[in-house]
Amino acid sequence: MTAVATPPEADVKTRATPEERRATVVGVVLILLGVFVFWAFGLGVESGATSTFNLSLPGERFQGLFVEVNSQWLSFAVAAILAFLGGWVLRRSHVHWTNLALAIGLGLLALAFLTWAAAGGQFNLVGMLRSTVVLAVPVILGGLSGLMCERVAVINIAIEGQLLTSAFVGTIVGSAFGIWVGLVAAMLTGALLGAVLAVLAIRFRIDQIIAGVVINIFALGLTSFLARRVLAEAQDLNAPGRFTAFKIPILGDIPIVGPMFFDHNIFVYATFALVIVLHFGLFYTRWGLRSRSVGEHPEAADTVGINVYRTRYRNVILGGVIAGFGGAFLTLAQVSRFEENLTAGIGFIGLAAMIFGRWMPLGVLGAGLVFGFARALQQKLGVLGTPIPSEFLSMTPYIVTIIVVAGVVGRARPPAADGQPYIKD
Amino acid sequence: MSEEPGVPGSGDWGDEGFPSWYARVTGVGTSVGQSLIVPALALLTALIVGGVIIALTDVDTLSVWGEDPWEAFKLTIAGIFDAYKALFVGSLGSPRAISETLFTATPLILAGLAVAVGFQAGLFNIGVNGQMHIGGMAALWVAFTFSLPTLVHIPFAILAAIIGGAIWGGIAGLLKARTGAHEVITTIMLNFIALFLVDYLLKTSLFQQPNRNDPISQAANATARFPTLFGDYRLNIGFIVALLAVGVAWWLMYRSTLGFEFRAVGFNPSGGRYAGMSVAWIYVSVMAVSGAFAGIAGSNQVLGLEPYRGISNFAGNIGFDAIALALLGRSNPVGVLFAGLLFGALRAGGREMQGAAGIPIDLVLVLQALVIVLIAAPELVRSIYHIKTPEQELETTISTGWGG
Repeated sequence: MTAVATPPEADVKTRATPEERRATVVGVVLILLGVFVFWAFGLGVESGATSTFNLSLPGERFQGLFVEVNSQWLSFAVAAILAFLGGWVLRRSHVHWTNLALAIGLGLLALAFLTWAAAGGQFNLVGMLRSTVVLAVPVILGGLSGLMCERVAVINIAIEGQLLTSAFVGTIVGSAFGIWVGLVAAMLTGALLGAVLAVLAIRFRIDQIIAGVVINIFALGLTSFLARRVLAEAQDLNAPGRFTAFKIPILGDIPIVGPMFFDHNIFVYATFALVIVLHFGLFYTRWGLRSRSVGEHPEAADTVGINVYRTRYRNVILGGVIAGFGGAFLTLAQVSRFEENLTAGIGFIGLAAMIFGRWMPLGVLGAGLVFGFARALQQKLGVLGTPIPSEFLSMTPYIVTIIVVAGVVGRARPPAADGQPYIKD
Repeated sequence: MSEEPGVPGSGDWGDEGFPSWYARVTGVGTSVGQSLIVPALALLTALIVGGVIIALTDVDTLSVWGEDPWEAFKLTIAGIFDAYKALFVGSLGSPRAISETLFTATPLILAGLAVAVGFQAGLFNIGVNGQMHIGGMAALWVAFTFSLPTLVHIPFAILAAIIGGAIWGGIAGLLKARTGAHEVITTIMLNFIALFLVDYLLKTSLFQQPNRNDPISQAANATARFPTLFGDYRLNIGFIVALLAVGVAWWLMYRSTLGFEFRAVGFNPSGGRYAGMSVAWIYVSVMAVSGAFAGIAGSNQVLGLEPYRGISNFAGNIGFDAIALALLGRSNPVGVLFAGLLFGALRAGGREMQGAAGIPIDLVLVLQALVIVLIAAPELVRSIYHIKTPEQELETTISTGWGG
């Protein structure tokens, strides 16, 4: 501070950085949410009601873990914390806490909602968190598939078609030769569709959105056609069996965390492992650096001797393999039967997760879990008998994505060269 | 109009300096023969590949190959022939078939116009599906709420559809103009939001048929249903509306100031800005106009066919077929009309093919996908048929990444 007396208040106010503007929006939203929780969840239940959360699943080692809370007091507490968090980020000096405050705030909002919904009754919290993880798996895999492609600047909106086709092939091959062969076939199918996308986008330089739309239409048409013409005649080709859960010793017996994370089939473990591998691969290895440079500035990458085309082909095909793995999860682990248009938009939720996750593997994981939670909640709403229409929960991923791309709550920035074909001189 | 490079002069749309995708989707700068040969060969190729798929999936015949190849060959050819014969008979073989073709083409033409208008302005409207849903719901509400003479009721319902579709499309345009959010992402997301919104609305007292628990709306009043043109044939005035829409779209794109601005911005946004156009305003109006056409298509789905009610996902796949149509018709309204008739014929014939020859109608989707990819990658067609590449190397890059 020098002696030059600038009126600090006025000067600073005119120069709100984007982060500060965002913090203001988040702060106001958090305070409004606090008011909402107070009014809707706090005053919306009888004053003496309690909500009971069951923290154990049938068949687990530890039974009878219950938490009982006074519904109204918990809502009041959450409302107070939300208001406090809102006020906290509104202070200029706390701008960098925005993300954390928002995450805590949304978590508390979900808690208050569940407490309100379960008021006067019992609710199995662990069961829901477990299905959150399971439902997040195809979304995360779809998002990672998109991420692999977009990090090298190839837009992949064909995730849906890749999931659908590999789920189909996985079913047929799995029924004929066993589930492990089916899994491999599904991944190869994903690779093949990845290769088609790569050839169309890189070799023929078709508009990548059109290429993606084409693959989706083709996948829907072909799988529905074959399902009606072939599977309908040969029913035994549509019963592949499924990968069963494999409980990890010791870890799987931990209350709450065990059933949530350590008592699943291989797809769930592999998905979490893949997130970590991709995170380190992308940000700490030569492959990752090269991939990112091809996505951000292909000319520069080419100049230093990176083969742009080869990098793009490799990553797009690997992205297809990941989508193929996700497709296999749908029919070899989740339902063990193929039906027409079985994916019903999961691939697009994956695309949304990639954008919401800001093109980061850990971000995709977080986004996938949030969207998985929304889907799990939607399934449980009927049981709870709340007046909230399940359609609004189904909309959540899409609304969140629009909010994110519009930059209302922080701007998501795609790789700089995303979607642009590269023409080597 | 200035004569700066990159800024199109008012009368001169010479092909120098055109982005190549622009020529692809609009046909600007290509001769008639040139603009027909690739679509024609694309269709032919798609039908051939479709034949191969029919042959490969003919489970009964496949087992014959080992015993008597010649017999199997004859059976296979006969199978393909039967399928395509049914396709032809079902689309053009009788007055009723022609009525079915035109009836099926109606929403396709309208939705195709929606995508074409966007393409002309360099915007990719994948959100036709959502705009159809919102427009259709608006039309439906007008149709069962009011009792008016037909001459007033139908235009009123269509107007509601236009407004509904324009608003839903305009949201994506506004988001692009104000925040730079890419219209492809926002329209995909708005499709799903509309889908669930319709499911929700169909279960509210505002729309739901009394005494029903499933998502189904009240039926449109008889005065708002599109009257048929020839007795009990399904062809109705929706087709006339589609023809009018083609005329309006043509006038809008090629004769109006707004259309000129659309194309100028599509040709080169910075050029348009340089020439004094408000690019933000044009983004909003392009998406609103595009959504308006989609809205009319949506009204056709609830007022033009049984059961004259709103049901879950009543727009079906038409919004995505529309992308194929706009590409096939080179984003020219008249081209879209013919492409719509072609796809209508494929669809109507496909139903006959499914009924008479037992080939699932989903094959039409496969044919459609092949047509789009071959049109979007003319290099593929040329390499298959050994056609010389024209001087201007063509490629399609309509969208330029998510960042907008």
